[in-house]
Amino acid sequence: MNTTAPVVQVENLRKTYGSFAAVDSVSFEIQRGETFALLGPNGAGKSTTIEILEGYRDRTGGSVSVLGVDPGKGGLAWKARLGIVLQSSGESGNVSVREQLTHFAGYYPHPRDVDEVVASVGLEEKAGTLIRKLSGGQRRRVDVALGIIGSPELLFLDEPTTGFDPEARQQFWQLIRSLKADGTTILLTTHYLDEAAQLGDRAGVIAGGKMIDIGAIDEIGGQEARTPRVRWRDANGKHEERTHAPGAVVASLMAAGAEPTGLEIVRPSLEDIYLQLVSDHAHAREVENAR
Amino acid sequence: MSTPTTTSSAATAASTPSFGLGIGRSLKLGFSRITLEVRSYFRQGDSVFFTFLFPVVMLTIFAVAFSEQNFGTEEEPLTAAAFYLPGMIAAGLLLSGLQNMAIDIAMERSDGTLKRLAGTPLPVMSYFIGKIGQVFVTGVLQAALVILVASVAFDVELPSEPSKWVTFAWVFVLGVTTSAVLGIALSGLPRSGKSATAVVIPVALVLQFISGVYLGFSMLPEWLQNFASIFPLKWMAQGMREVFLPASFEVMEQSESWNLPGVAIATGLWLVIGLIMTRITFRWIRKDS
Repeated sequence: MNTTAPVVQVENLRKTYGSFAAVDSVSFEIQRGETFALLGPNGAGKSTTIEILEGYRDRTGGSVSVLGVDPGKGGLAWKARLGIVLQSSGESGNVSVREQLTHFAGYYPHPRDVDEVVASVGLEEKAGTLIRKLSGGQRRRVDVALGIIGSPELLFLDEPTTGFDPEARQQFWQLIRSLKADGTTILLTTHYLDEAAQLGDRAGVIAGGKMIDIGAIDEIGGQEARTPRVRWRDANGKHEERTHAPGAVVASLMAAGAEPTGLEIVRPSLEDIYLQLVSDHAHAREVENAR
Repeated sequence: MSTPTTTSSAATAASTPSFGLGIGRSLKLGFSRITLEVRSYFRQGDSVFFTFLFPVVMLTIFAVAFSEQNFGTEEEPLTAAAFYLPGMIAAGLLLSGLQNMAIDIAMERSDGTLKRLAGTPLPVMSYFIGKIGQVFVTGVLQAALVILVASVAFDVELPSEPSKWVTFAWVFVLGVTTSAVLGIALSGLPRSGKSATAVVIPVALVLQFISGVYLGFSMLPEWLQNFASIFPLKWMAQGMREVFLPASFEVMEQSESWNLPGVAIATGLWLVIGLIMTRITFRWIRKDS
């Protein structure tokens, strides 16, 4: 097997329902060992895209290769190399955490150790508890544990930390970092932009079924969107200046006289850049529709 | 939260897709599923009550309600418990198999269980083995309980000839398998897990009434008997009557015979129909729903 080939290759992916295009000529690649974050508002086509890659949905057009296999034709040996954490689960859960994980471990040729996985998602104390008696966040951790039990080469995480408290989210990030260190390739969708910034190597932003931007986490949106802002207050009110030389701006403020109040130098976060991208896209669409 | 150390790295997993994908693996995982399914079944309060204990509850009600009546003749009296026993065993086959499977799988389809399994390397065959195995295990326990209660609590005399128990064994195995397979086939019918009970229970209930479970089959008008003969429950109940009722009851059957070959053929035919329907209609998930 050619290890330099991308793990995921998507070209001009298209999925239509009647006349509605849920996904419209989306293209991207994920390299081995990379964590790729797929971002976008609800209904943008993220889940449709990820479900096509997981083999759950058929595509209308374009070409897709996941671990060198067309997901529409992926067999059991192919599935054994994937880990899938779906967006939601509501199973009756009449088995305990350890029973469920031990059972699922049996599906895979090279499973992880059940107790280690239980520990890695922080459920040691709940290992003997029936899944239906767990809280929403704890059940979500079981979902994640089931996704990684088979030591997947490629892990799909569809909004994995919904319902987690901040501490659980931090622990989850730590887990994902350790999976990355093991060489696992990860495709992540999330609504938490800090999560994407923490974990992702690259990100793609989908809106209205189209990939509106794609790039490294610290480059997405372009250099201009990352221009730092200097904010301060004085007798005339609030001021904000976008500048590539924030130090010079501060120096000139100081040179002008008194220490400014509430002085801040802010670099736009991924969230700021993302919101800007999505709103620019929505605006461009409105203009297009108005014509 | 500790770091999971992988026993084998992801890269080796890639280069060795050598794990058995054949029949051995399907069977092994199938047995693993049976354990999980049976455990899960008995931890679910409503299924234990409505499918597992239902026949024994009904048998008790009939035995007590009609305790003064003779269901046999002057020379050969028969208690209500003895009269209803074969019907209740047949009803158990239908409930544990068809009703339980159809509702259970429809629920699993709508709550995401099947979607999760679809994303794992679990063969569909192993899933079916797990389901049918669960029906088999619970069906055996259920029949044993009904027979035990009939014998101990209501003094029903059980057949002593080994040949009767041979008939019981094959009618039971064929019946429970057919019922389970038809349940799997039927599970695709309800559009959601919530509507499953509403769709499946009336079908099962009507079948029980027209197939000689609650009402003596010979009491039904001929056209209804003929109609009921299309479906397998009538035949399973008939086979069970051959085992548990006195020989003098044979004349009350259609064609005045237990007609065991008919039982085998009709039930077997439904098994084949169920297998074909399952093969054609079963999907892990409704794609693009």
